[in-house]
Amino acid sequence: MMSDRLQIIGYAVFAVVMLTVVPFFTVLAGRNDYLYTFTLIALLSIASAGVWITFAIGRINIGQSAYALVGGYVSAILVATYGVSFWLSIPLAGLFAACIAVVIGLPILRLRGVYFSMVTLVSTEVARLSALALPITKGAKGMVNLPMPGPIAIGGITLVPDFATLENPRIAFYYVAIILMLITFLLVWRLMRSRIGQLFVALQQNEDLAQSAGIDIARLRVIAYAISSFLGGVAGAVFSAVSQSVYPSSFTTQDSINFMLNCFLGGLGYVFGPIVGTFVLRFGWDLLFQAQRFQLLIYAAILIGLMLVLPNGLLSLIPSRKGAKR
Amino acid sequence: MAPILTVTNLTKKFSGLVAVNDVSFSLNQGEILAVIGPNGAGKSTLFKLISSFLRPTTGKVTFEGETISGRAPHAVARKGVVRTFQEATIFKALSVRDNVLVAHHLRSRAGLAGFFLGTTRARADEAEFARSTDDILGFLGLKDLADAEAGSLPQGHLRALGIAIGLATNPKVLLLDEPFAGMNHDETMRAVQLVKGVRDRGVTVMLVEHDMPAVMKISDRIVVLNFGQKIAEGTPSEIQRNQAVIDAYLGSEDESIGI
Repeated sequence: MMSDRLQIIGYAVFAVVMLTVVPFFTVLAGRNDYLYTFTLIALLSIASAGVWITFAIGRINIGQSAYALVGGYVSAILVATYGVSFWLSIPLAGLFAACIAVVIGLPILRLRGVYFSMVTLVSTEVARLSALALPITKGAKGMVNLPMPGPIAIGGITLVPDFATLENPRIAFYYVAIILMLITFLLVWRLMRSRIGQLFVALQQNEDLAQSAGIDIARLRVIAYAISSFLGGVAGAVFSAVSQSVYPSSFTTQDSINFMLNCFLGGLGYVFGPIVGTFVLRFGWDLLFQAQRFQLLIYAAILIGLMLVLPNGLLSLIPSRKGAKR
Repeated sequence: MAPILTVTNLTKKFSGLVAVNDVSFSLNQGEILAVIGPNGAGKSTLFKLISSFLRPTTGKVTFEGETISGRAPHAVARKGVVRTFQEATIFKALSVRDNVLVAHHLRSRAGLAGFFLGTTRARADEAEFARSTDDILGFLGLKDLADAEAGSLPQGHLRALGIAIGLATNPKVLLLDEPFAGMNHDETMRAVQLVKGVRDRGVTVMLVEHDMPAVMKISDRIVVLNFGQKIAEGTPSEIQRNQAVIDAYLGSEDESIGI
């Protein structure tokens, strides 16, 4: 395992590159499409971070799309229907998703292994069908032409300008997504290095033993699942603003599976694993576009190969000093 | 000595099968009590009932005058009745130190958010837990192995770590599930000393065990179960002379009661 120091240094370098080098060159090259891809990757890795947290308590969560969809709709409805500021709608969407997670999580987190996974797998479909059926979500037409994020001003000083007035809102969205991603992973890092992270790992290792040591496992599991879903909701909220729309099919079961794969690919033992996984998975898919009809075949074969060769994820490739602790 | 924990008319039925049948006894403050019996006598079920991992069909368990049966296991542990497990039940992927640290959690005064934010109270808790962990590891002879991954420990140390996890909760009553199983003679004798040491720290001990010589050596009192019922209760020498106990063991061809 890499030392904490090495991981934090790596993360700091990554942060600087994403905040300076990447936007500079993409804008220079006039590649707004790349900016959009990076924005999407940042949002997907936030949702994946949530899935990673449920992995930390020993549950395989294949239902993150449900919460991303909930977050997307909550933000869209708040902004378009009730005129709430987009910025305020981000935490509200996360909280709404977390509240649903508490209600759903209390019964289903009793399940372990494949049983829990199956229920989460179904939840994405339930969310999609609900979005189709409910009047407030506008059915299959979805919610379109969502307004651009408004300004943030404190005491007459404009901190963030109205996105509608910007010449290139793509770059603004890019920064929103990247900064959110950077903050999210720092907070998850802090969480996992605190006693809470230690308790999560204890749960993952042996719930009976944790319970016998007086740890309220039911409560902790729900907390982990709520944090996970909060992140899904946040990612969904920003996604709806970036694409200015949200449909029942904005997040599908396929996305739920991808969130899980991102975690696997990056490495379940590493907080920053989901970022690495999301980048590689997304760019790998785009690069294989050349292969056309063989795209999925080659992609799947590479994924299977990687999991066989690197069960601890891509980050386990980076050598650590001997005896260095996680 | 006053009873600290009382089992009253405890019965557990599993779809018709009566695993524990109307068992009553009490555990006195500061003693070591062993529950023995042939295979299938209901020892494990009784153990799970007392630690509240199972709900009784009828009857109750009271601790310091309060009914604990039927409550969640973690709540019972918080009251001060803590169980260990058979074999190598530890948090394998954590270090030895982290195993013990995490088990201190029920003693924390800071909330979960406090630990995330690193408040003064949370840091005071962490410092106290670290001190206590060092103390416990020293007591159980695990200090040199503190940084080792728990899953890599040899059998004898694993059992000691299981007890260390139990002690970390600062229990009033420690329930040990077959603490000497799979140990050779020397290991058992060391473990016997360890359990006596735990009692000397002021913890009341109840254990379920197969190893008769060890039970005779360690216990102040013994409760004998057969087919779910209590057939005898007394000091080791009384139990060794008890005809019902001798018959139960001879009948089951399980193992001899003598030393």
